Amino acid sequence: MSPTPPPATRASAKKELPEHFRDYKHVWVFVELERGDVHPVSWELLGEGRKLADKLGVELGAVVLGGPGDATKEAAAEAFCYGADVAYLVEHPVLADYRNESYAKAMTQLVNAHKPEILLLGATTLGRDLAGSVATTLLTGLTADCTELAVDADGSLAATRPTFGGSLLCTIYTLNYRPQMATMRPRVMPMPERVADRVGRVVTFTPDLNEDEIITKLLRFIPDRDSNKSNLAFADVVVAGGMGLQSAENFQLVKNLASVLGAEFGCSRPVVQKGWVTSDRQIGQTGKTIRPKLYIAAGISGAIQHRVGVEGADCIVAINTDKNAPIFDFAHIGIATDAIRLLPALTEAFRARLSPHQRDRLAG
Amino acid sequence: MKILVCIKQVPDSAQIRVHPVTNTIMRQGVPTIINPYDLFSLEEALRLRDKFGGEVTVLTMGPPMAAESLRKALAIGTDRAVLLTDRFFAGSDTLATTYALAQAIRKIEQTFGKQDIVFTGKQTIDGDTAQVGPGIAKRLGLLQLTYVSKLVECDPDKGEVVVERRAEGGVQVLKTAMPCLITMIEGSNEVRRGAFNDALRAARAEIVTWSAKDAEIQDLSKCGLKGSPTIVKKVFAPQPRSEKAAFVEPGKTAGDSAEALIVSIFARHPALEADMTKLASGL
Ligand SMILES: Cc1cc2nc3c(=O)[nH]c(=O)nc-3n(C[C@H](O)[C@H](O)[C@H](O)COP(=O)(O)OP(=O)(O)OC[C@H]3O[C@@H](n4cnc5c(N)ncnc54)[C@H](O)[C@@H]3O)c2cc1C
Ligand SMILES: Nc1ncnc2c1ncn2[C@@H]1O[C@H](COP(=O)(O)O)[C@@H](O)[C@H]1O
Repeated sequence: MSPTPPPATRASAKKELPEHFRDYKHVWVFVELERGDVHPVSWELLGEGRKLADKLGVELGAVVLGGPGDATKEAAAEAFCYGADVAYLVEHPVLADYRNESYAKAMTQLVNAHKPEILLLGATTLGRDLAGSVATTLLTGLTADCTELAVDADGSLAATRPTFGGSLLCTIYTLNYRPQMATMRPRVMPMPERVADRVGRVVTFTPDLNEDEIITKLLRFIPDRDSNKSNLAFADVVVAGGMGLQSAENFQLVKNLASVLGAEFGCSRPVVQKGWVTSDRQIGQTGKTIRPKLYIAAGISGAIQHRVGVEGADCIVAINTDKNAPIFDFAHIGIATDAIRLLPALTEAFRARLSPHQRDRLAG
Repeated sequence: MKILVCIKQVPDSAQIRVHPVTNTIMRQGVPTIINPYDLFSLEEALRLRDKFGGEVTVLTMGPPMAAESLRKALAIGTDRAVLLTDRFFAGSDTLATTYALAQAIRKIEQTFGKQDIVFTGKQTIDGDTAQVGPGIAKRLGLLQLTYVSKLVECDPDKGEVVVERRAEGGVQVLKTAMPCLITMIEGSNEVRRGAFNDALRAARAEIVTWSAKDAEIQDLSKCGLKGSPTIVKKVFAPQPRSEKAAFVEPGKTAGDSAEALIVSIFARHPALEADMTKLASGL
């Protein structure tokens, strides 16, 4: 008697990987270096990449593209501290500033030369701009804006991302093409521990690039003047307000509390649409993802598109008059009361509690 | 100038609900809209036409009912609308979508003339990948300018454009050549309301409707599910947190409530008090 075949599942969609893709190995993370600084999402990705590489039993490579110079080399050295085994160092004057044409060319050449099986990039303006071009050139699959990565039992990358405005999640595979590409949202993954004395192998690569062939020219770069002020994505404490505050004047109560706490303030999307607050303060799916130690949400209903941006917070405190508001389904601490009345009292109570005088008393 | 704008009809995701028991999307009665991000690109295209003359064509790939969105685009002043519709396109991921759209754009250029700029939206609210624009650019060999916050200059005679592009730590001012592909970011302009004449015209306008064959898309293995390297294996609702928030009872006065709330926060996260004291004093 022949054994019964396993029931057909969707996974049986898996065909054999074509021969020419078999030698694609290792997990790569693109290290996003812009104007001398590495975007932190690159380190977050190395943390994730490390887990995937260990599970697959392969190397973790960091790809560093940039102009010739210390910043580029330092970024490669730093990548080892965050877990890379190998750094692919691609230095070229044409790569001094990000431009789609030159970066897409260099990246595609590097992939074709060294053949990674997985290639991860941050879902930033740079990463998304680059990933789409590279994937189309290589004719492979790309899963955008992931919130979770894993390798399944047969070694395929399972990339999970929100869909339908965040109301659902879906897991996407690229089974028969290589590399399997994904972009990952910043701040979704925790920052891995930095190991100062960790080292690795540097592989240098010289791309075939020529400035005369690159049509797009960077005329100027205008840095965000207040970029060190609006540090929402990296703040330890965030206070945010929603439509429950009812007016731009009342929104000031949120700013006051944030100011007393030394915190950043944020808001839900309709608050931006009303023009009470600028769009760089919006938290959620189409705004910023935050991972503070404490998040205080006042007058925010907790729609799924807002929720996906705040779920990484250690402690979520919700103030909402409606005790059935969805925000109480994922907040840790809730109070069903009028935020417009509570916020000024909370500001005063925190001020008293956290004052230096109070601190001395606690110490003494 | 000839300008092409890709738009997509999407369900208004603000109104999508997930069935609490079956975890499936309840689509019934969910209205469809033009992907909101596409409107900023469309507006920019219309402004260029108003300034330099020429025509704006909108293109969408989708089911026959996507014609509704094209009509809306005509009603705010677009000159021509093309619908690419065929069951061969069903199940397309971004790579397959860009193949079909790039082929259709080639056909549009053969039929209606060379396009100077192709616009797409920054991203869709249903697919949300922000990849279809870059994919089309790559396939057509167009220079790519994504996340544009301002079209600073456009010189159709010299074939040059200068834009401000949102980067992570600031704004890049880039100069490039046409033909190019541009995606605008939200808030970069104010989308117009259509004129009465345009609305009348839109109601009667003919929508150019092409099947794969009409658009001379020969390689059907690059379309639809067949042409899509990615496979959606699973769709599921986010795991609900198992416990609800611990409620703090409001006190008699707002002050009492505030005290109670702070006590509850620090009881749960004792380390926070020291961290926050430091932060509050600016250390
Ligand atoms: C594609 C898409 C993307 C989106 N992206 C985002 C995003 O990134 N971020 C985001 O936030 N939203 C986003 N949204 C919008 C989201 O769906 C919700 O509409 C939005 O988050 C609701 O904002 P809100 O909670 O401030 O307002 P409302 O839903 O109007 O809720 C107000 C809340 O305040 C409470 N309230 C009223 N008065 C008081 C009072 N005096 N004191 C205390 N509470 C009070 C009410 O009970 C209610 O719960 C997106 C939507 C779509 C379709
Ligand atoms: N089916 C489609 N038809 C026409 N344009 C599309 C289609 N899908 C995506 N686009 C365009 O590509 C942009 C980015 O889409 P996405 O990659 O899905 O986020 C959209 O804003 C549209 O301008």
